Amino acid sequence: MRAPLSWLREYAAISDDVKPQEIADAFVRVGFEVEEIEHQGAEIVGPLVVGKVLSVDEITEFKKPIRWVGLDCGEGSSRFVVCGATNFAVDDLVVVALPGSTLPGGFAIAQRETYGKTSNGMICSSKEIGLGQDHDGILVLPKDCAVPGADAIALLEVCDVVFDIAVNPDRGYALSLRGLAREISSALDVEYQDPASTVDVDALAASGKGVGISIDDASAVSVIYIRTLESFNPNALTPLWMRRRIEKCGMRSISLAVDITNYVMLELGQPLHAFDRSKVVGDLHIRRAGTTTMLKTLDGQERPLSPDDLLVADDLHALALAGTMGGASSEVTAQTTSIALEAARFDPVSIARNSRSHRLSSEASRRLERGVDPSLAKIASARASFLMMELGGAKHVDSQVAGEPVFSPSIELDPYFVCALTGAHITNDVVAEKLRLVGCDVLEVDGNTWRVDPPTWRSDLFGPADLVEEVARMVGYDSIPSHLPPHPVSPGLTDVQMRRRVVATLLADRGMVEIQTYPFLAQSTIDVMGYRGDRAQSFRLANPMSEDFPLLRSHLIPGLLEAAQRNIGRGAKNFGLFEMGSVFRNIHGLIAIENPPITERPSERIIEKIYNGVPDQPIHVGGVFVGLAEREDWRGKGRSYDWSDAVTAAQAVLATCNMEWTVSRSDLAPWHPGRCAELLVEGVVVAHAGELHPRVVAHFGLPERACAFVVNLSALPQREIVRASFIATMPVAVQDIALIVDSTVAAANVEAALRSGAGPLLESIHLFDRYDQIGEGKVSLAFTLVFRAPDRTLTGAEVSQMREAAGIAATEVTGAIVRTA
Amino acid sequence: MTFESDLLTWVSQAKSAISAAVNLEQLKLARLAHAGDKSPIALASRSLGSMDPQDRATFGKIIGDARAQVAAIVSERTSVLEEERDARVLLDEIVDITLPASRSQRGALHPITILKNEISDFFIAQGYGVAEGPELEAEWLNFDALNIPADHPARTMQDTFFVEPLDARLVLRTHTSPVQIRTMLENEPPIYVICPGRTFRADELDATHTPVFHQVEGLVVDKGITMAHLKGTLDLFARKMFGDEAITRLRPSFFPFTEPSAEVDVFFNGRWIEWGGCGMVNPKVLTACGVDTDIFSGFAFGMGLERTLMVRHGISDMHDIVEGDIRFSQAFGVGL
Repeated sequence: MRAPLSWLREYAAISDDVKPQEIADAFVRVGFEVEEIEHQGAEIVGPLVVGKVLSVDEITEFKKPIRWVGLDCGEGSSRFVVCGATNFAVDDLVVVALPGSTLPGGFAIAQRETYGKTSNGMICSSKEIGLGQDHDGILVLPKDCAVPGADAIALLEVCDVVFDIAVNPDRGYALSLRGLAREISSALDVEYQDPASTVDVDALAASGKGVGISIDDASAVSVIYIRTLESFNPNALTPLWMRRRIEKCGMRSISLAVDITNYVMLELGQPLHAFDRSKVVGDLHIRRAGTTTMLKTLDGQERPLSPDDLLVADDLHALALAGTMGGASSEVTAQTTSIALEAARFDPVSIARNSRSHRLSSEASRRLERGVDPSLAKIASARASFLMMELGGAKHVDSQVAGEPVFSPSIELDPYFVCALTGAHITNDVVAEKLRLVGCDVLEVDGNTWRVDPPTWRSDLFGPADLVEEVARMVGYDSIPSHLPPHPVSPGLTDVQMRRRVVATLLADRGMVEIQTYPFLAQSTIDVMGYRGDRAQSFRLANPMSEDFPLLRSHLIPGLLEAAQRNIGRGAKNFGLFEMGSVFRNIHGLIAIENPPITERPSERIIEKIYNGVPDQPIHVGGVFVGLAEREDWRGKGRSYDWSDAVTAAQAVLATCNMEWTVSRSDLAPWHPGRCAELLVEGVVVAHAGELHPRVVAHFGLPERACAFVVNLSALPQREIVRASFIATMPVAVQDIALIVDSTVAAANVEAALRSGAGPLLESIHLFDRYDQIGEGKVSLAFTLVFRAPDRTLTGAEVSQMREAAGIAATEVTGAIVRTA
Repeated sequence: MTFESDLLTWVSQAKSAISAAVNLEQLKLARLAHAGDKSPIALASRSLGSMDPQDRATFGKIIGDARAQVAAIVSERTSVLEEERDARVLLDEIVDITLPASRSQRGALHPITILKNEISDFFIAQGYGVAEGPELEAEWLNFDALNIPADHPARTMQDTFFVEPLDARLVLRTHTSPVQIRTMLENEPPIYVICPGRTFRADELDATHTPVFHQVEGLVVDKGITMAHLKGTLDLFARKMFGDEAITRLRPSFFPFTEPSAEVDVFFNGRWIEWGGCGMVNPKVLTACGVDTDIFSGFAFGMGLERTLMVRHGISDMHDIVEGDIRFSQAFGVGL
């Protein structure tokens, strides 16, 4: 809402020595953010005068039309200037910048020679004197608004300060000069004159039968006034003062009838609509669209209607989208002499729906959906009628009303509650004073119970907490002290949170860089990755940022690969990235949910249903590696990342979480079907790691052999308290064993078999060699077995026996042949 | 007495030979010559056998003393020469210790993660727990329970991502406030939690906006909680985030879920920064969660982590935070 200081001062007795910045600070103190303070006309230096056009000579020898204009600037003799615009005629009043004046932007006006003439000043456009951006051509003033030579700066109220104020959605009343002047009066502690109180609403006498009004849907409007006026002079011009105020508030002057409705809306906050009465058939009705399917609004758009849209209609047709925009058919035109003026207190929700379903946010809908003072329908429609009578020569025919205003109910307040909720010491007297300052009636029933009646314009005040806010902002939030609440004992991070933090730190310590990507996914990516099953079934957004990415990610790898691709594009070559975050899989489908009211805590059954309607969103950690794990340097050649780095990283994550796991082969997409490991904890697959599928690597333009891992952190069992093991101090016995197996046999299986065969005294096992050049599809695997007994030194015979038992088990399970030395 | 004078001569010769050895090789030769089996002292010692018992005792002692003297000199010289040798070896083993040692890149946490950890630790020290909830969230928990009814203009303030089918009433949470609701539904007061997490609004990515961002919210519900407690908490939090000089300012504002409501500004680097929103939990919200408003009151606040990070670290473009460029995270390491 733009509020000119000159207009605010009409209702708020702000003295001249209060600086604009002080006014803005005061607005901020009471909760109104000032987005901009505009100093209009600050750069202009006069003289700017009103000139009357006496003569116009068209000069045609140049490429563009040039006029040699004679002006009466009240100087006794004519003044001649050259002008390039053509939108004015003899006898028009214009604004003339005389030599010596300066216009916005430091544009100095001087007598100058141009087009073979001596130009003694400049005829100005609106834009040139800083009145607006969108006017073309010369500013032509209303006839007889001033005499030639009059000071145009004063006449046009060029110099003003305009505050652009962000109004919160609960404060519809402040979308008016009435409301903002009240707020600034309170904030600065100066006198306030309510413009609504000066309208003599009962002075409109009926002289005939006007347009009737009926409310078909009582939920949509509480009260509506229709005032019928005739004999309106369609040629009457908007007076300059009204036009300037409308312009300073950021709207455009259109015609007197429309300007009056807009002016009164800005002044009081009540949207008004003027219908051309001659286009209204019968009476007006407030009704839902129902079977009416189309409405052409006055912006020229044909709008298809939904049955729930709220309309103003006559006996035959839809005339307007209620509270949002008028219709083209009943629009006031240059021929309109008879007007039906509508002012209604529409239901905010109905207007919000109208506005949203048609993506049409108008000055009217913005106010009505925030709630308009219910007493204003009567007052504002009377105010506008008087202005039409005064400025347009209209005669009042008749006023009709339907419904009645509904005001906010009284609130019971224990004044101590103000102190209890703010923590500030505020006396009862101050509480009462501040509540009255914002317009409440305060009745002290007894010491602990007050009855507070909110003012008509405050439909946002419902309960004691709302009143506390009013008192608190009026005394100032600054006066609330600063204390810490009682300190409870913190539970600290949960095990799961601690685990996530440690895993992230671990991966960063291992040289990986954490990134955070958008969790949106394209269908085509699912196809490229080769996802099937769970990971191909994600949730679809009804309103995605981009139709290209309508799905929620089901896996972390695509986001990591896109980031890897971006980093490579920016010159990075060798790196590891990781991300930790939720993934989304539509495994169980979604159930329909009804939202319960919030007047009380919903039943446990309903809460459970709402909870169950939210799908599980497990937290994964994933990483990709591209390029070199170790760069080439003075020690020798570099080493590329390969599948084993990915497996190592995944295992490091599990080890950090104190898990025990087994490894097996997998062919899960998007990994290389022959180079993917799955890691199992307690028999459940919790991670995949390995080299990426060459097709995927190529699609993202990554270096060959890029690899990746994902660990489903949510699938890891709860951490159990670690039981310390007995640390044996007896000497170890070390034995090597070499086995020949088919190359298709997994080393992990051989190791597991050796482990089981070797018995409980095996302390550790380590594969120290793998030789695949022996042919016939065989490989040789060599392990070091370390044995230790807790209570004695093992004998050579014992150790040989255990080694032999390990070999036998490997032979049985994997067909291994133990190599003899 | 020639025997004794001979011995003195031999010992003296041995001393000078051993002292003259400049390395362990020369020392070995000197030791063999003057203390070895064929040395004059050794030969003299051997001649003791042919002496009569009285002389043997006398000369034996003299020879023994002489041998001990020579051995002591050998031992002393040996340690000197060994020390010299060891020092030489260390010199020989000098490397250019400034050669680049690491062969891999520097790892890093995302600064949002670091900030989240820092804030969590701060509030844990203040007695809070860290509550979390799903990103794909029930509409009722994200809006209704927070006193943001259907069609309320506040819902249009936030362009929300909805998930199909619409009757499942699931949204990508527009703030972490549904975690507050879950916390109140699942726990009895006193409640002291912060809710850090990822949130979503349908804003196009530009220098200051991103559709996917992070918030941290705080919620306290206890007996006798006032706005003064809210202010005290925010003051301390602001000083933790922006340094001891930081001061805060509350401006009256509007949020459906708080009453009274305020914007929090923080004075940092010579200007007021809009930092977040806060207020006393609206009794309607407490009621919807089954909290007895006659006994308990509460406060809540919320800040954007991206905004906090940008202000504190002078990040001018949101793109840097969301694009995953490794150089951005690397600059922050694993701690800010």
